[in-house]
Amino acid sequence: MEATYIKRKKDGRIHIKSGNKGDRVLRSTLGVLTILTFVAFLFFNYAGLELGSAITETAYNLKVMFFEPALSHFGLREAIYQVGITLSLAFLATIIGAIIAFFLSLMAATNLAPLGLTRIIRVFVAFIRAVPTVLWVLIFAIAAGLGSEAAVLGMLFHSIAYLVKAFSEAFEEVDKGILEAVRSTGGNWWHIVKSGVLPSTFTYLLSWIFLRFEINFGVAVAMGAAAGAGGIGFDLFMASSFYFDMREVGFITYAILIVAFLLEVVSTRLKKRFFPATSD
Amino acid sequence: MNEKKMRKNRWQTVIFLLIIIVLTYLSAAITSFNFVDGLATIPKAIGWMFSNLMVTQETLDKLPTILEKLAETTFMSIAATTIAAVVSLFLGVLGSKVTKVNNFLSVFARFIASVSRNIPVVAWALVLLISFGQNSVTGFLALFVGTVGFLTRAFIESIDEASQSSVEALIATGSTYFQIVGKAVIPQSLPQMISWVLFMVETNIRNATLVGILTGTGIGYTFDMYYKMLNYNAVALVTLCIVIIVIVVDLISNYVRKVIL
Repeated sequence: MEATYIKRKKDGRIHIKSGNKGDRVLRSTLGVLTILTFVAFLFFNYAGLELGSAITETAYNLKVMFFEPALSHFGLREAIYQVGITLSLAFLATIIGAIIAFFLSLMAATNLAPLGLTRIIRVFVAFIRAVPTVLWVLIFAIAAGLGSEAAVLGMLFHSIAYLVKAFSEAFEEVDKGILEAVRSTGGNWWHIVKSGVLPSTFTYLLSWIFLRFEINFGVAVAMGAAAGAGGIGFDLFMASSFYFDMREVGFITYAILIVAFLLEVVSTRLKKRFFPATSD
Repeated sequence: MNEKKMRKNRWQTVIFLLIIIVLTYLSAAITSFNFVDGLATIPKAIGWMFSNLMVTQETLDKLPTILEKLAETTFMSIAATTIAAVVSLFLGVLGSKVTKVNNFLSVFARFIASVSRNIPVVAWALVLLISFGQNSVTGFLALFVGTVGFLTRAFIESIDEASQSSVEALIATGSTYFQIVGKAVIPQSLPQMISWVLFMVETNIRNATLVGILTGTGIGYTFDMYYKMLNYNAVALVTLCIVIIVIVVDLISNYVRKVIL
C-alpha cells in the first residue's frame, strides 16, 4: 500500500494550517505595508528639522494651548459667530448634496436603473471622490471667486460622491418583494421610488446625511484654513500662522472640539437607533 | 397603521421639512450664500475647467518633480497610517469591552481617541508647523494623530464585534490575558482591521494634500505653488496625478478587501 503523502516542514513537523488565498493576501498586505513604512522614512524630507528642540517646543505650545486658552484678536461673540459660519457652510453643503445625491443614487442603484447608467454614475462618482476636497474648493474659487459659493460647491462635490455611494447601497438592500408589489399594481418608476423605496430607507438616509454633516464640519474648518473659505478655520490659520498666538489657537481648538464632540454624540445616538446591527 | 397615526406622521414630516428649510435659509443668510449665483457658477466653473485645466506638452516636463513629490506624500501617508495602526491596536485592545484590562485604562484609551479624532488635522498641522518647520515630519505627525483617533474607534468596534465564544473558550482552558488577545481576539478581527487601515491609507493620501498646502510639503505644496503662479496646466497635471494614485490605491484595497473579508 502506498503511503499517504503528508506535507511536512523542514524539521519533520506536519503542516497544520493549509494556507488559503485570503491568508496569503492578508500576510502579503501586512508585509508590503511594513516595508513601505520603512522605505518611507528614507524618502522623507528632513529639511530644517531639529527633533529635540521641536519636541520640547511643541510640548510647551500644547501646554499653553490646552491650559491657558484665551481670545485676544476677537471677542467671544465673534468666535461664536465664526463657528456659526463654519456650521452653516457644512450644513448648506450637506443639504444641497443630499438632495442631488438622492436623485443620482436612484440612477446608481442596480435595482432601479439600467446597468449601463449605474456604471457611468459610479465611475463619475469615483473620479469626484479621488480629487481632494481642498482642490475642488480651490478650483471653484477661480471660477466663482473666493467666498462661500466656492467653499460650498467644493464641499458639495465630495458630499455628493459620499452620499451617492451610501444611498445607492441602501436602495439596493430594499426588499425585492416591495418593489414587485408596487410594480404589480401598475406603479411606474416614480411610484416605486415614492411608495416603495423611500419609506423603507428614509431613516437610513437621514442618519447617513447626519454622518456626512459631522464630516463636513471638519472639512469646513479645513477649508477655512487652507482655501480662505472663512469661518473658524480661517481664524485658526491666522492665529497660528500670523499671530503665533498659542492661547488663541487653544481657545479655537476647544471651540471646534466642543462642536465636534456634540455632533459625534448625536450621530452615535442616531447610529444606535437606526443601525442597531453595526453598533453594539 | 391607522389613519390617525398616518396623519400624525405627515405632520411630523411637514414640521421636519420646515425646520430644514428655515435652517438652510439661515445658513445661507449667515454665509451670504446665493443659491442662484451658486448654481450659475457650476456650468461656468465646469466650462472653465475644460478650457483651462488641460495637460499640455510643456507641463509634462514638470512630471518628474511632481512624481517625486507625489511619492513623498504617498509614502508619508502610508507610514503615518501603519504606525498609527500599531498604536491604535494597543489602544483598541485596552479600550474594547471584551479585552479591557480595567475600566480606567478603557476610558483613558477612548478619551485619547476621541480628542485626537475631534481636533481637526488642520489644527494639528498648524501647531506642529510652528516648531517642526516645513518638512515631511510635520505632515507625518499631523496625519498620525488624526489617524490614531479614527483607527482606535474602528478597532474597538471590530474587536467588540468579533465573536465572544472563542474568548470564552480560551478563558475556559485557563489561558492568560495575552494568549486570549494573541490567539483569539487579534486573528479574528485582523481582516476587519486591515480593511480599515487600507481605507485610512486612501483617506490620508487625500488629507496629505490638504496638510501639504498648509505646511508647505509634498504634493500639496506643489499644487499650491502652481496654483498661485496661475499655471493652470500644471495644476491640472498635479490633480490628475493625485486622482490616479488615489484610484490605484482604492482598486488595490478593494481587491484585498474582497479576498480577506
